Amino acid sequence: MVSKRIFRIAAVLILIVSYAMPAFGGEVVTLLNVSYDPTRELYADFNKSFADYWQKKTGQKVEVRQSHGGSGKQARAVIDGLEADVVTLALAHDIDEIQARGLINPEWQKRLPHNSSPYTSTIIFLVRKGNPKQIRDWDDLVKSGITVVTPNPKTSGGARWNYLAAWAYALELPGGNEQSAREFVKKLYKNVPVLDSGARGSTTTFVLRGIGDVLLSWENEALLAVRELGPDKVEIVYPPASILAEPPVSLVDKVVEKHGTRVIGEAYLQYLYSSEGQRIAAKNYYRPIDETIAGSMTKFPEIKLFKVDEVFGSWQAAQKTHFADGGTFDQIYGK
Amino acid sequence: MSAMETVASPAISVQEQPGRNALSEPAMIRWLLTGVALLFLGFFLFLPLLAVFGQALEKGFSAYLAAIREPDCRAAIRLTLLVAAISVPLNLVFGVAAGWAVTKFRFPGKNLLVTLIDLPFSVSPIISGLIYVLVFGLQGWLGPWLYEHDIKIIFAVPGIILATIFVTFPFVARELIALMQAQGSDEEEAAMVLGANGFQIFWRVTFPNIRWGIIYGVILCNARAMGEFGAVSVVSGHIRGMTNTIPLHVEILYNEYNFAAAFAVASLLALLALATLAVKSLVEWKMRSPRPVRKPAQCAST
Repeated sequence: MVSKRIFRIAAVLILIVSYAMPAFGGEVVTLLNVSYDPTRELYADFNKSFADYWQKKTGQKVEVRQSHGGSGKQARAVIDGLEADVVTLALAHDIDEIQARGLINPEWQKRLPHNSSPYTSTIIFLVRKGNPKQIRDWDDLVKSGITVVTPNPKTSGGARWNYLAAWAYALELPGGNEQSAREFVKKLYKNVPVLDSGARGSTTTFVLRGIGDVLLSWENEALLAVRELGPDKVEIVYPPASILAEPPVSLVDKVVEKHGTRVIGEAYLQYLYSSEGQRIAAKNYYRPIDETIAGSMTKFPEIKLFKVDEVFGSWQAAQKTHFADGGTFDQIYGK
Repeated sequence: MSAMETVASPAISVQEQPGRNALSEPAMIRWLLTGVALLFLGFFLFLPLLAVFGQALEKGFSAYLAAIREPDCRAAIRLTLLVAAISVPLNLVFGVAAGWAVTKFRFPGKNLLVTLIDLPFSVSPIISGLIYVLVFGLQGWLGPWLYEHDIKIIFAVPGIILATIFVTFPFVARELIALMQAQGSDEEEAAMVLGANGFQIFWRVTFPNIRWGIIYGVILCNARAMGEFGAVSVVSGHIRGMTNTIPLHVEILYNEYNFAAAFAVASLLALLALATLAVKSLVEWKMRSPRPVRKPAQCAST
């Protein structure tokens, strides 16, 4: 009797396992794109478009899989062995980190146009409807009584752009210098009650949990939040100046060699620069680099944009001074 | 405390004769305490549970079904079932072996073993995940070798299963150790004297005694295996349709402003929890009800 019951249990288990086994279909190439937080919607659109394009061009079916999270965290996962064919991260430094472990060609940033950034973005403010605290510019953020929401620069790429934008703003003020910028950023982070690990976490903290007066956000993330969550709750404020964010993309050479996906991976990234790819980027609120498409879109206001290379020398330098262990951010936030 | 009560009880029982219930509180306090407990339960358990189902059905039943039928969600359900189907039976075997070893034998390091079994309960889930990244990650001990031989552990299904086994390990073992310790090993010793071999002792004597304990442990183990978030999140890599379990899928949907779908999928987990509770109560009831006495005859026949 007992053995019959065991047999029955085994039968059920086998059923479950066989259901759980993935179906084996025809020849489908899969690519894994490991990306940062706010690009979910962008790549959901883009992957569909690319699959159509690729099938028309070569007859080959392609399925692009996505993984999203804080940019630094995602880079870490690739370093730890997450087999991404392509990475599309928030900043060059995170790809440099992967490169430093030998997974990516050192010359990666020169392989695609525009420093391998097919779209750009910037950092803007998201405030409560009607802007009750009258937040207009960066210096409004350091006033007492204002709570600012921004993710953790240690794990989030967007947060690093936020930080550098504030720093650049303070430097560019009349009489601004390293010391005054440091004081300014320190005061700003005094007003930050929570540091989420990624940009999307911060957006939900601000919009859904109702924490904070202002969210420092990617422009695309803010526009999307307004669209998804309703313009009756939050509104966007463009500061007079901000930073030019260039989220780069790259093949992960070691992985595409192992998977044999170099050709399709390259085509995938190239397609981001095509007019269709650029249109999809613009539709998802990324600033396209293609002037003709950028011109046909009116929703991106012209504001003064600082460039990292001009203000900080380079990403490597900015990273080393500000975000490395014991760097300026640690000194500011620790005390 | 109990010793004091037994000593004091004769004296008090004389005094309290009219009130009859010496150990009880006045009615008002009883009602108050019960009310507070119920209110607390209502606010912290029942309301959120209602909210989950309310939000899940916010956009109607068809939207609910659509959210659950969506391919990524189906993949998440499949993966969760697969993980449970592998990790629960393995932990059943480990748990019975550990319980058997700890309660029936004496050996050096036994206390250490019992402590180690409890380790997954006391360790934060993120550590449970990170240990596997440190061991199997590309920068870890075995990572480079695994990479060269094209064996994927972390950021793939095996890693998720390993992390789940780790966090659910104590459920069966703990349940059985307590039960088997309470039962002692008299019956097994008797069986041995009568000439039963090891397997016969286990199958004919021990197993019938611990059967319900095993089921109880398995239910809890299964609930945790399907619901585990932290450790699995660390080793998953979050690849949609491939390495997302149901709890991770809920988080993704929520972060995509897809609230109705997030709660629809969350309601599956809530249903699982309710089913677990129901089966658990049934088993508890079965465990309490007396077992038929037929062991002597069985032992004699072996």
